Amino acid sequence: MVPIRYQTLAGKSAGYWLLFIALAAVTAIGYAAAHYMEVNGHYVTGMTNQIVWGTPHVFAVFLIVAASGILNVASISSAFGKPEYKPLARLSGLLSIALLVGGLIVLVLDLGRPERLVVAMTYYNFKSIFAWNIFLYVGFLLVVAVYLWMMFEPRMNKYSKPAGIVAFIWRFVLTTGTGSIFGFLVARQAYDAAIMAPMFIVMSLSFGTAIFLVVLVATFQWTSRPLGDDILRRLKNLLAIFVAAVLYLTVAFHLTNLYATEHHGVERFLLLDGGVYTAVFWLIQVVLGGLVPLLILFSPTVSRSRAAIVLAASLVIVGGLAQVYVIIIGGQAYPLVLFPGMEETSTFFDGVVHAYVPSLPELLLGVGGIALSLLIAVIAMRVLPFLPEQLPDSAPHGEDAPTAAAASTAR
Amino acid sequence: MRRRLAAVGLAFIMGAGWSISTPADIPLPAPPKAKGDRCVEPTDLMRRNHMEFLLHQRDETVHRGIRTKKHSLVECLTCHTQTDAAGHYIPINAPGQFCQDCHAYSGVKMDCFECHATKPRNSASVHSKSAAMSGTSPAHLSNLARVVGNRP
Amino acid sequence: MKSATPNTRPDGERRKFLERAGAAAMLLSLAPGVRLVELVLARAEDQPVSAQMRWGLLVDATKCSEGCTDCVDACNDEHGLTGLGRPETDAQYIRKVGLRDKTTGKTHSLPVLCQHCETAPCVDVCPTGASFRRADGIVLVDKHICIGCRYCMMACPFKARSFIHEDLTDQVPESPRGKGTVEGCNFCVHRVDRDREPACVEACTEARHGALVFGDMGNANSALSQKLRELTNRQIRSDLGLNTGVRYHGI
Repeated sequence: MVPIRYQTLAGKSAGYWLLFIALAAVTAIGYAAAHYMEVNGHYVTGMTNQIVWGTPHVFAVFLIVAASGILNVASISSAFGKPEYKPLARLSGLLSIALLVGGLIVLVLDLGRPERLVVAMTYYNFKSIFAWNIFLYVGFLLVVAVYLWMMFEPRMNKYSKPAGIVAFIWRFVLTTGTGSIFGFLVARQAYDAAIMAPMFIVMSLSFGTAIFLVVLVATFQWTSRPLGDDILRRLKNLLAIFVAAVLYLTVAFHLTNLYATEHHGVERFLLLDGGVYTAVFWLIQVVLGGLVPLLILFSPTVSRSRAAIVLAASLVIVGGLAQVYVIIIGGQAYPLVLFPGMEETSTFFDGVVHAYVPSLPELLLGVGGIALSLLIAVIAMRVLPFLPEQLPDSAPHGEDAPTAAAASTAR
Repeated sequence: MRRRLAAVGLAFIMGAGWSISTPADIPLPAPPKAKGDRCVEPTDLMRRNHMEFLLHQRDETVHRGIRTKKHSLVECLTCHTQTDAAGHYIPINAPGQFCQDCHAYSGVKMDCFECHATKPRNSASVHSKSAAMSGTSPAHLSNLARVVGNRP
Repeated sequence: MKSATPNTRPDGERRKFLERAGAAAMLLSLAPGVRLVELVLARAEDQPVSAQMRWGLLVDATKCSEGCTDCVDACNDEHGLTGLGRPETDAQYIRKVGLRDKTTGKTHSLPVLCQHCETAPCVDVCPTGASFRRADGIVLVDKHICIGCRYCMMACPFKARSFIHEDLTDQVPESPRGKGTVEGCNFCVHRVDRDREPACVEACTEARHGALVFGDMGNANSALSQKLRELTNRQIRSDLGLNTGVRYHGI
């Protein structure tokens, strides 16, 4: 058994600083965009009284969902006892925290009164899924932080399995909560479905694994760490299964809706004549983000190429953003049906499809959230030994090498 | 913040105390005189606790529908807004006006008026009598004397 | 931690006295345009709202004419909803909706506003309890603790809420409104608390349309309750089982 040695990033190369500065700059621009939105009010965004959750929510929900899914790599190692994934468990936990923080910051900065965050922490309505989620998100950060500590601290290693199981259960509940934000919205035809919660869980596994793959290959490449094909093969097979499962649940969701006549209108809108939403659904979510990655990942020849795997994972990420966009924006664009069987007209856009165009500040805020997540990861990897020194195919991995030794090599 | 405000209040009450607690080059707040004889609470109590009264009244009104006038913000405006030469109301959070004068001095930001009206509803309506009664120059020393003199 | 506590104060002698005194005072001070809604239930101003009441509204669509916006205009004036010429983000508490039956072609025109549900989805989803239901059935937003998350707007089946998209000035004293919070019809709670009808109802009655009847659904003898027994009426989205406080006749 070869002990796993972890080492911090040297963080002295021009490449590191270039990446650091680029991420910091995009984060700062995102914050400036949020400030601009807050000072002027939301009328400077594409959001209206019809489309009340816009592009920032797309990015925030995507990041929050992916944060829970990206912990899966650690869960497989600790909770399910697969030693092959063990060297990556720390990175998995780190990215999980980083993505959740990035997503939550976007969510908070898009509030009408972000400065009242303390109100959200002191006044609670326990029937609100948002209120549950405040506890679930904060709790998740704590649970994963403790889990990481168990993994880092040799004396606590023996507790990393129970901690991993707690984290695994917590992330299931957390994503159930996120999916239920939409699933429990009885008013809107595009939501109001119990399948939303399991669908969000599978989406989280798919998006999280895809992001993990891209980050893994990039960091190992840029830090010249040897990376064997074995772990990549396992991860890309996992990703393929998750992508297929997301497609399956998407089909099940729409078929269920299509059986009920009252939902024919909204289904027709999303699947046939919803313009941009229909196009985004079929072309980006289903084809580019689902079928093409599946073809790449399941092809015995193409999927041997590392570039092809990264391409497939990147497409899954793009498809995931598209999927969340269609769910959140497309779901709101279709008008509420107040009087079934009647045509409705009013000065408040009753009965008409609601227009929405993402504004630049919204996009910058959303992208800023992604940059912040990556910035957190890049800084953390320099400060603490999250990454294994190498990940060759050969030997199965044994216990972690003593952290002290790893830390000393880092200097 | 509250402590500083209380300190200001204390300085008023002690009469000559302000020269100790504030630098000489910062003029003391001199809020304009209100309409009517006296406030709903003793002046020193009001200086220290008006925000507590408003907060309590806010929850009573919004959640329980209790609309007594004593601690109502709308009623504060009724007595404390001033009118300009043309007889139009001046927003109570304008520089030198009743709320803003002290709050600027004590460095406490008010967010009441992001939502709440800053003057009674009909700007056009003129209370010429009360406007004449209450000195319109906020920095006028006699105002200060009247405010201080109002305390029981 | 804090939540809106419904009134549980028992009715005592003092309360009854105050009610009578308040009623007497109201009788004496009846002015033009001020209508006493429910004389027997007039409440002293230092008494909290009672759960024995439930404010409600009946919309008689047969008396509501297409093109008439008296109720909407009155509401806009009452709450200072001036609008900024941006219809997609300007607030509307009450709106006229035109309906056309897809099969028969029959048309209706009626106002849609907050339906003041007994089990309001906006109240359920609000994380801070800012969106709440008063003991007497009025659903409103406590803008002091609204964080502007807009979850209530996602949850409302009636599109009854608006978000304030910009800084406002010149608000009216009785209707505080500010950037970054959500708002909607509150049955003119400031008027109801002083025994006046909501502005929309008053305007409709004054113009002799008589399409809106406001009153206490909790009192079987109120004019509203009698009217609700007399005319067939329905709730919008009755499938959701929300027991709305606004009922419609003639659709």
